[in-house]
Amino acid sequence: MSTQPPQQQSEEPAAEQSADAESTPAAQQRREDKKAADRDARDERQAEKDANEAKANEDTREIKVFRYDPEVEEKQEPRFDTFHVPFTKGMTVLDAVIYARDQFDPSLTFRHSCRQAVCGSDAFFINGQQRLGCKTQISELEEPIRIEPLPHQDVVKDLVVDMDHFYEEMEAVDPYFDPDETPDGELEEQRQSRQNREKVKMSTRCIWCGACFSSCNIAAGDNEYLGPAALNKAYRFAMDEREGDQKTQDRLETIEQEHGVWRCQTQFSCTNVCPKDIPLTEHIQELKREAVKKNLKFW
Amino acid sequence: MSQSYNRGTIESFGRWREFSAGMWAWIFHKFTGWVLVGYLFTHIAVLSTAMEGAEMYTNTIVTLEGLLLVRILEVGLLAVAVFHILNGLRLLLVDLGVGLESQDKSFYASVILTGAITVASVPTFIAGAF
Repeated sequence: MSTQPPQQQSEEPAAEQSADAESTPAAQQRREDKKAADRDARDERQAEKDANEAKANEDTREIKVFRYDPEVEEKQEPRFDTFHVPFTKGMTVLDAVIYARDQFDPSLTFRHSCRQAVCGSDAFFINGQQRLGCKTQISELEEPIRIEPLPHQDVVKDLVVDMDHFYEEMEAVDPYFDPDETPDGELEEQRQSRQNREKVKMSTRCIWCGACFSSCNIAAGDNEYLGPAALNKAYRFAMDEREGDQKTQDRLETIEQEHGVWRCQTQFSCTNVCPKDIPLTEHIQELKREAVKKNLKFW
Repeated sequence: MSQSYNRGTIESFGRWREFSAGMWAWIFHKFTGWVLVGYLFTHIAVLSTAMEGAEMYTNTIVTLEGLLLVRILEVGLLAVAVFHILNGLRLLLVDLGVGLESQDKSFYASVILTGAITVASVPTFIAGAF
């Protein structure tokens, strides 16, 4: 598409130059022949290009997207819309829905931002599993690809779900570094050992996408359960050696409550769906052991 | 946001085909657990016939064991108990934080082992039932 216009520009001045040099009828005839030949060649190229485009269009992927809009009466009944999106190598599910929105239906609504699995806005329920749209290759999925909003959360519109409850659970575990005491010097840094950093490394990768929370069967049934993401956050700070004993005790008290770690029944759903490969179940199990250790007294 | 749409929890069990190993292990463990609790009561009921005397107890056992259905149920009971034991061991390892990466393999292993033990037990349970 982009190579065509420059070619035309370079050909036409050349033809005009030759027209200036010769003005006899024979030259005129030759010039017209040449123009006709050029035209034919151009038509041929155009036809070839059309054929190529048609061929590319044949390679489409079928996506079925969940649609719901409470503000339009005809769309209040949830339904699935089918789109045929032209496939390109490396295409992700997010690319496909962006294409569907830009080319077919501007009202298609979904959250997305960084497109590189950092912001955590585009967790969808894709072919029956919670996945990050921007991290899921179309080529790895079976057709038709069903794209739905995250289960166990209220749908606001199309693929957008109400994340408030998830955020509430996350805030409940104080998801921020809160040391008992800071070093005396105002700007002195707080050092963490390499071993300790390795220990909490995976847990720091959480991007708050809510995939694990949505996949958890227990969180679906127990509204007060903190859920895998919040417990992982608690693990991340409870295991951080820089926070001090008092804060660690506080954190363990939060997670060992009735709707804390003990609700986890090790179904491994969260670990299976986590787009950042955080071993969530392992962290929850370790918190369980810490909670037991805290309360066991042998004297 | 005028209103939101609640799709409910139906989708959880409506999508059982998509469940992974850990989920199946959980479902089977709950199911076998409840079956064992139920069996406990029948077990007590049968044993309590001994209160009526030794003959009464013997008669009950002989009559029950004479029924083909009871023999088949016994095979089922063994399968349920074996799975619950094996998966219980698996959960013990999970609680200790041992081999969490291969929790799906240990689930498949317990299912296969349960099947093998159950099949091996069939001759013993069915012998003399016909």
